[in-house]
Amino acid sequence: MKILVCISKTPDTTAKIAFIEGNTKFDESGVQWIINPYDEWYALVRAIELKEKDPATIIHLVTVGGVDAELIIRKALALGGDEAIRIDSTSNDSFTIAHQIAEVAKEGAYDLILTGKETIDYNSACIGSMLSALLDFPFVSLADHFELNGNTATVKREIESGEETCEVNLPLIVSCQKGMAEQRIPNMRGIMAARTKPLKVVAPMATLATTSISQFDLPPAKSGVKLIDPENMDALVKLLKEEAKVI
Amino acid sequence: MVLVYIDQADQQIKKASLEALSYGAALAKQLGCQAEALVFGTIKDNLADLGKNGAQKVHQLKNETLNSLDVKVHSSLIANAAKNLNATVVVFAHNINGRAIAPAVAVKLNAGIVTGTCSLPNTENGFAVKKTVFSGKAFANINIETPIKVISINQNSFGLVAYNNAASIEEINLPIPPASIKIIKVEKIEGEIPLTEANLVVSGGRGLKGPENWGMLLDLAKALGAATACSRPVSDADWRPHHEHVGQTGIQIAPNLYIAIGISGAIQHLAGVNRSKTIVVINKDPEAPFFKAADYGVVGDAFEIVPKLTAAVLKAKAAN
Ligand SMILES: Cc1cc2nc3c(=O)[nH]c(=O)nc-3n(C[C@H](O)[C@H](O)[C@H](O)COP(=O)(O)OP(=O)(O)OC[C@H]3O[C@@H](n4cnc5c(N)ncnc54)[C@H](O)[C@@H]3O)c2cc1C
Repeated sequence: MKILVCISKTPDTTAKIAFIEGNTKFDESGVQWIINPYDEWYALVRAIELKEKDPATIIHLVTVGGVDAELIIRKALALGGDEAIRIDSTSNDSFTIAHQIAEVAKEGAYDLILTGKETIDYNSACIGSMLSALLDFPFVSLADHFELNGNTATVKREIESGEETCEVNLPLIVSCQKGMAEQRIPNMRGIMAARTKPLKVVAPMATLATTSISQFDLPPAKSGVKLIDPENMDALVKLLKEEAKVI
Repeated sequence: MVLVYIDQADQQIKKASLEALSYGAALAKQLGCQAEALVFGTIKDNLADLGKNGAQKVHQLKNETLNSLDVKVHSSLIANAAKNLNATVVVFAHNINGRAIAPAVAVKLNAGIVTGTCSLPNTENGFAVKKTVFSGKAFANINIETPIKVISINQNSFGLVAYNNAASIEEINLPIPPASIKIIKVEKIEGEIPLTEANLVVSGGRGLKGPENWGMLLDLAKALGAATACSRPVSDADWRPHHEHVGQTGIQIAPNLYIAIGISGAIQHLAGVNRSKTIVVINKDPEAPFFKAADYGVVGDAFEIVPKLTAAVLKAKAAN
């Protein structure tokens, strides 16, 4: 059983979101970087749990990013996983990123590819679905439970009106969300072990980007809160009806 | 031609898709072409009604195996239909199914994709689509550089627009690929307004102290006809179900009204709700950061204020 976990580097959730160079670039100064929470808490930890059940399982981590992504991938290796692959590209075009990962995935002949449900920076939620088209694998999105029985996975996914459990044969791609696993803290042994785990850097293959970011904007600031007397909820209802016109 | 994929759940068309259709029709007008709808499965709603949301034609692939989502099957059928119909833009709702299918369709069409857009593209000089990034903390303007484009639109970002089209319905025939997944169990959540579709949302945080205190919040939601949501620690502690968790690591919503009760307004929480049109905050701490993001604030004890607010809502409703 070979699992590939897709790992993305994202700004910490408390990072100040600001832009430079005429609002064309994200301002990275002072930003702390983390493993995209969905990739870490759910995709990676579930892969580790599967390996704990079946030690013959091999876990590879893959990230598309520059040298600075290595800190993040080592953090991920400290939680678990056997080795990591960094594809040396700083593209932020999902189409390009998915193509790069698909190349690695083909070469590694993985049975299972896990991603987070989306990244918290670009929120594109594209990679799993794109990999499914590029590799011709089934894709189950927004999964919150995953069990493996030989060559068949039982996956529970969110649907519009509730939840659905399905059976799918490997190879398979799953995007993971809350419920899939419990967040873990790396221990000292893991951190030490991560230092010597193999981290392979591969050159990106040539692809044409299909999109480019021209500019960022920040949402307009709120004009200020109107405080309402807690004894006068009729006044609040009136404002919601007549001023905000939302009820 | 702008092709809009109309998603369904339980053989019913979802509001998110009608919104995507309204968006597609406005985009078609901007591009000087026609908006057409693509529907899969056996639908209980009257498909001709899609004209009222902007469709000039409805293409239906009527096959009940398509009523539940199989990304491999759906994406290849949508891509084939888009090719056969010569669609230049394919529009999806950025809802559960749209998120799962649209990127695969983009790959199959060699199309650039922007997911989660919140307004019509700027087509004066290229095709620039605005989308929310950093979980709602900013927007990015993204150029799509391919001849065919795929976009998905955020729920509650465009609204429904009424049209007067008489949409003709045409059945299409495409070979259906073999299923790649087998559904063995469905668990429905009955009688709740889905959070992502709700216009009004009442949300509770750790300030409510425990699950036993949610009654007053549910009463307020019922009085308003609102959906309910919660902060992350509340769902982590299992006071409320996971699907109610909003925020940067939960779901992101943009209702007309968001009422936050006993929620401090941490940056990760705000990321999920700051696109709401109007925000009301009820918190006993006047320094709670949420007040900075609010339109209306009530400083005081939620246990006293919420029942009063519910009574005021009911009173106003009765007076109407
Ligand atoms: C990586 C990461 C991701 C995260 N993602 C999310 C996310 O997606 N969503 C999310 O919500 N959080 C998220 N968090 C957690 C977030 O940082 C906050 O801890 C959380 O939002 C706080 O929840 P709360 O407001 O319910 O609780 P608290 O911060 O404990 O606030 C409770 C509030 O209730 C008020 N209160 C108490 N008693 C009363 C009363 N009787 N009447 C009125 N008010 C009262 C208090 O004044 C206080 O403001 C994330 C954190 C991290 C680190």
